[in-house]
Amino acid sequence: MFRTISLGLVSIAVIVLASIWSPKWLLFPATMAASHGIVTLGIVLMMRSGVVSFGQGMVFACGAYCAALLAKHAGINEALLLVPAGGLASALLALPFAPLLARYRAIFFAMLTLSLSMVLYGILVKTETLGGSDGFNVARPQIMGMELPADMANLGMFWLSLAFVGALSIVMRIYFDSSRGLVALAIRENELRVEYLGSSVQKMIGTDFVVAAFLAGIGGALTGLTLGHIEPNFSYWTTSGELVFAAILAGHHSVAAVYLASFVLELVRSFSALYFPNTWQLALGLFLLIVIRFLPQGLGSLWIGSRQRGDKQ
Amino acid sequence: MLALTILVDGITYASWLFVVALGLTLVFGVLKILNIAHGSFYAVGAYAAASLVSWFGSMGLAPEWSLLALLMAGVATAAILAPLTERGLLRVFYGRDEVLLVLVTYALFLILEDMTKLIWGANPFYVTEPYGLFGNLSFGSLSYVGYDLMLIVLAAICGGAVWWGLNRTRSGKVVLAVIHNPEIASSMGVNVSRVYTVAFLIGVFLAALGGAFTAPMISVQPGLSVGVIIVSFAVVIIGGLGSIEGAAIGALIVGLARALAVHTWPAAELFSIYVAMAIVLVFRPEGLFQRVQARKI
Amino acid sequence: MSQLLHTKGLRKSFGAVKAADDVSITITANERVSLIGSNGAGKTTFANMVTGYLKPDAGSIEFLGKEISKLSPREVTRQGIARSFQIPQVFLQLSVLDNMLVAIACSHGELSFTRSSHRAEAIDSATGLLERFALQAYCDRKVVEMPGGMRKLLDIAMALTATPKLLLLDEPTSGVSVDEKFPMMDTVSAALETEGVSVLFVEHDMEIVQRYSKRVIAFYSGRVIADALPADVLDDEQVQLYVTGRRK
Repeated sequence: MFRTISLGLVSIAVIVLASIWSPKWLLFPATMAASHGIVTLGIVLMMRSGVVSFGQGMVFACGAYCAALLAKHAGINEALLLVPAGGLASALLALPFAPLLARYRAIFFAMLTLSLSMVLYGILVKTETLGGSDGFNVARPQIMGMELPADMANLGMFWLSLAFVGALSIVMRIYFDSSRGLVALAIRENELRVEYLGSSVQKMIGTDFVVAAFLAGIGGALTGLTLGHIEPNFSYWTTSGELVFAAILAGHHSVAAVYLASFVLELVRSFSALYFPNTWQLALGLFLLIVIRFLPQGLGSLWIGSRQRGDKQ
Repeated sequence: MLALTILVDGITYASWLFVVALGLTLVFGVLKILNIAHGSFYAVGAYAAASLVSWFGSMGLAPEWSLLALLMAGVATAAILAPLTERGLLRVFYGRDEVLLVLVTYALFLILEDMTKLIWGANPFYVTEPYGLFGNLSFGSLSYVGYDLMLIVLAAICGGAVWWGLNRTRSGKVVLAVIHNPEIASSMGVNVSRVYTVAFLIGVFLAALGGAFTAPMISVQPGLSVGVIIVSFAVVIIGGLGSIEGAAIGALIVGLARALAVHTWPAAELFSIYVAMAIVLVFRPEGLFQRVQARKI
Repeated sequence: MSQLLHTKGLRKSFGAVKAADDVSITITANERVSLIGSNGAGKTTFANMVTGYLKPDAGSIEFLGKEISKLSPREVTRQGIARSFQIPQVFLQLSVLDNMLVAIACSHGELSFTRSSHRAEAIDSATGLLERFALQAYCDRKVVEMPGGMRKLLDIAMALTATPKLLLLDEPTSGVSVDEKFPMMDTVSAALETEGVSVLFVEHDMEIVQRYSKRVIAFYSGRVIADALPADVLDDEQVQLYVTGRRK
């Protein structure tokens, strides 16, 4: 595990250096990959126990709106306050739903989370004080009290995202490698047995849902602050779907794979928006089918190899 | 009277919703797949209806024929999409992890979203001819569109037909056997894979029929499918998966809850449906009419 | 002789089928008891009720003086009753070692978010228990690659991690080949020797019953028709009629 973490930190350092010379068209998807990747990490967390959330848009939007509203109405301008606040708000939003959702699996869990995100979407669209269907703009935040000069803004937001990526990835790696992390894999295999061994599966899935919501809130806040704009679309099913797609592409073994998958998705999205705006979903759906059919364990499995001792890497 | 309006609105909504949810619950009961793309079949049915009705119109046929166009839209959608989906796609993934199947139907949903946009474009269609066919009926000071009431009849026919088919015919008993235990049915000589194909066909037909017959009441545009699947899902959860009566009662509850919201607090439309679902789930987590589960260990 | 399990007047019906009809049984510490009966006689229903998977229609189940009939399987395990399953309930895609690590973590309530699942002490506990069941050599193999008999041993080993006072084994030798049955039960017996646990096992094989149990309870149609030493029960006329078939 320490090897993985060191490797990860070194990679981040390398990326930080490389980004100084990176062209803008690459920096933006990279920043989106980082902030979306954090959300996807939460989906992967839940996937390890065998539940797939198709509605992370709900908590993603919550984090974004919360951070934006704090910036706009409470005069808070510091990113290092706004982003965690977004995470916290999302965790609190998820808390009352967690016990209900934890009773359901597979398609039910998927559909319930999808539905919740669409309910929030409906509420956001119809609420004029939150900007209605257009949403509203967010000013660029300060980082550690420092204003970002215009030419450094994109780089600054990227590094901010990387900081959260680094911190949260380390935490999640430790979590995945812990006893609790191993039991999560067991839940996916045989829930009944886990119950018979004396542990509450519902409590564990519920907890994971809240943790994933926290991650999604952080990702949402980062995304909103980077884009400078938030809108109800953050909670639309298409947003949730892309995040799930990244999780499937990544698989649930490697944390690094999550960011790689997110980055691939962002690049494909940028090109598709330019050349195939009407078939983006079609391509995604086909690609998803191919991944499910031929690489059901995701990209991560490519370098983990077939001899897996539980979940090591 | 507001209450009467809500009642009629609710029942009208419940009618087409029942037809769609019936298809969803049937497919789940037989194939054990809750198809996220079910709403997409509804949407294709609606679009096909738009195309066929305008084609009939352009051929100079009388407006009454548009009803036939609606029916044909349902049939055509099912005939083309059902075998392709079940044999071409789902079959590849039978027996795999439940979650995988969810993802497969989700991928299908994504694909169909764009395919409908490619074929029909992003602009809305208005299928107006059939709507005026049944005139208006007056009850006191209020007037109701005959078409809406026709939907209630359609729902009853569909429900009755499916119930009769399952419970009173020999093939129906075979389907019931497959619902209860496909392995044993198969070892008794039942062609389970054919039952799957037929059940899926009927399921898609019901979704497309719902879409086709609702098309005259709405604007047919992208985004229909996700709205429909979310609401249909609420219905089958409330009613209990695999239950015809459940789909009917569920549709009624959802239809009335929604009508109530639309006439009193419109912003809460979808929210009200989910509150209704949450209330049912608190008392009956398996839905109102869940069948007895077999022993697992 | 402390009373471990005491059921009184247990009743359970599935429609017209009486799976339990006034079942009253007492188990004390350190017993080896077989439950026999033909299919549908009510043995597994009894096991399912005792372990909380089914709730009885009527009657009570007391364990160490506490009423447990309304508890969930998880709560029953925490009280000190563990079970293995007719079809081994294991984690197929995980390795044998990981199965054991999960079992130990769950039974001891040690679900830490930070401490590594593969830290030295955990691995030592796991391999120690696996050794007693002769599974240690297969630590790194995925369970899905293992034959049925070994999965059953793993299943039983996992049940033991909860250090139960009462262990229910549901058909431990079913699906195990004839020449593997006895070595397997010898391993299980030896492993259980030092545990100080009472064992109830549901069995169809009368040789296993005679060799490994000191008391036999025979079921028929949801009722207990005999409860005595193996030799006496197997000689009982009713038992021969309804369960074992007439002896020559």
